[in-house]
Amino acid sequence: MAPRTLFDKIWDSHVVETLPDKTAILYIDRHLVHEVTSPQAFEGLRLSGRRLRHPDATIAVVDHNVPTSDRTQPIAEAESRNQIETLERNVKEFGVPYFPLLSARQGIVHVVGPEQGISLPGMTIVCGDSHTSTHGAMGALAFGIGTSEVEHVMATQTILQKPAKNMKVVVEGQVGPGVTAKDIMLAIIGHIGTAGGTGHVIEFAGSAIRDLDMAGRMTLCNMSIEAGARAGLVAPDETTFEYVRGRPFAPKGEAFDEAVAYWKTLASDEGAHYDRVVELRAEDITPVLTWGTSPETVIPVTGNVPDPAKETDPARRKQMQRMLDYMGLEAGQKIAGTPVDVVFIGSCTNSRIEDLRAAASIAAGRKVAPGVRAMIVPGSGIVKAQAEEEGLDKVFLEAGFEWREAGCSMCLGMNPDRLTPGQRCASTSNRNFEGRQGPGGRTHLLSPAMAAAAAVTGCLTDVRELI
Amino acid sequence: MDKFTVLTGIAAALPEENIDTDKIIPARFLKTTKRSGLGVNAFDSMRYRADGSENPDFVLNQEPYRKAQILITFDNLGCGSSREHAPWALLDFGIRCVIAPSFADIFHNNCFKNGILPIVLPRPVCEQLMADARMGGNARLTIDLPRQVVIRPDGSEVPFEVDPLRKKLLLEGLDDIGQTLQHEKAIETFETERAQAQPWIPRIVLD
Repeated sequence: MAPRTLFDKIWDSHVVETLPDKTAILYIDRHLVHEVTSPQAFEGLRLSGRRLRHPDATIAVVDHNVPTSDRTQPIAEAESRNQIETLERNVKEFGVPYFPLLSARQGIVHVVGPEQGISLPGMTIVCGDSHTSTHGAMGALAFGIGTSEVEHVMATQTILQKPAKNMKVVVEGQVGPGVTAKDIMLAIIGHIGTAGGTGHVIEFAGSAIRDLDMAGRMTLCNMSIEAGARAGLVAPDETTFEYVRGRPFAPKGEAFDEAVAYWKTLASDEGAHYDRVVELRAEDITPVLTWGTSPETVIPVTGNVPDPAKETDPARRKQMQRMLDYMGLEAGQKIAGTPVDVVFIGSCTNSRIEDLRAAASIAAGRKVAPGVRAMIVPGSGIVKAQAEEEGLDKVFLEAGFEWREAGCSMCLGMNPDRLTPGQRCASTSNRNFEGRQGPGGRTHLLSPAMAAAAAVTGCLTDVRELI
Repeated sequence: MDKFTVLTGIAAALPEENIDTDKIIPARFLKTTKRSGLGVNAFDSMRYRADGSENPDFVLNQEPYRKAQILITFDNLGCGSSREHAPWALLDFGIRCVIAPSFADIFHNNCFKNGILPIVLPRPVCEQLMADARMGGNARLTIDLPRQVVIRPDGSEVPFEVDPLRKKLLLEGLDDIGQTLQHEKAIETFETERAQAQPWIPRIVLD
């Protein structure tokens, strides 16, 4: 057999049937469901009298809509409440396992899946959410789907898809101090652009990737979609197996050993073909952030905002100017020192315990700058409990951060956590689109450590000055 | 899903790259449990000013483009969030065809699932079609899916590619769950074989 990539192997092992036009009926191992993209799918099943084929391969959580403040109070926004109650009715009717709002296991779907051992290497995983790519860190083929496809998976446990192209992003070397997985990924997106991965699955490789812990790999794969890729992947290795061992829904005992033996066969073969290879040197990557309203507008924190006058394409020049106007920035200005109003540390990109530790190491012994609102939103109830056990909550609270309940929070402006027009936010989330964090809100994407640095200095800051 | 065969309608030009699905329909409008009714908030931040009044500079607020059925943009249309609310919002507004030099994968897929035809054409061709669109009410484009051509106001034709299976589903207005369930035997066989080969794959059962 010709050498195959990790993607090829997972793909091949899940093809139920290939249709005459090369579309595969692809088997799905795990279907993650949340309240926003599922109601119309459940309704579709009901209207057509279809059953949900495998409730025992499905898990539901509430995350997008939920308030991250006091959970003992009823949900104030009627539409949010309705969406959550609709999910609760649906999971009951169709027998879907569900972590309700008050469960310790509740959290952001892409934090909960790996944390519970529900997402495992070699699997196919889908969810009606583009950041499903996160689970690629496990060495699983994981991608976001629309609601029609959610219904398709519910009814058939399969999806119709043509194979993606293979792309490899190699980062060799060792990153310097203050440089995290978030900086690596933003640097990659800045390099290849938001459409750089379109039609491809990106496999991340190289020593700088292998050196990352699972949280870092999840950050990387999470933002593959921001590079336009269908999915991101990291080959499962000892770091992966140790992470999976003992998780609540992971195989146990002999079954675990059997699983590991299989997972070890998944790494790409020597000489496997990639349609595109991109290489970066870890030493060249510095702490970075975005200046504009597209995740590809990445500059080093030591850099300057670009000047549209230097852009030759007129449509692009206009768009750059529009971004500057929206962001309230001047062409050519130094980005460091720009004052921020809000700091958001959370989201499926950066809300795991490792992210909170990184933020806490900067926050410790310092104070949130006057006039800045700084929020910490753990990715799940489990992350929150772990952080409290380690005393991180106290570090944050003493520094003047808010310590909140798990949810998507200010990543997407669907719940009460939103920016007001004109507010500037240093955010560990994944998208800086216009209005993403609230109408008129201005988002700078950066790492948890950089976000904490912004909180304590009151402006966008090179975290290396605080290490 | 409505069939898509031959569409003749007004086209609107939106000459921007990377129009994301947050822009097509912001998250605060995703709280619906229905597919319909999102058209009024399509492109909300571009269409309305802060006080809620219409932004007269935005193309879809201008005549004849209020009735546009075809939308032409630049690269990477529909990037970002997987929300199918984006094609639902376009459809509810009246858009049945989107033309761009490239699309984000999930949005491209979601369009087909809702009877919207996404057409990929090189940027210079999109620029020509945008010029046609700017000629106003007399400048209708015809999208002939059976023949796979866009017919311009001057009668010239631009051919386009479309996946044969997706074309068939659009022409017949079929959803693909029924199609897939015709292969249910194969799915069952796959499940049985895998349960034997990889018995360690856990089932999700809550206590």
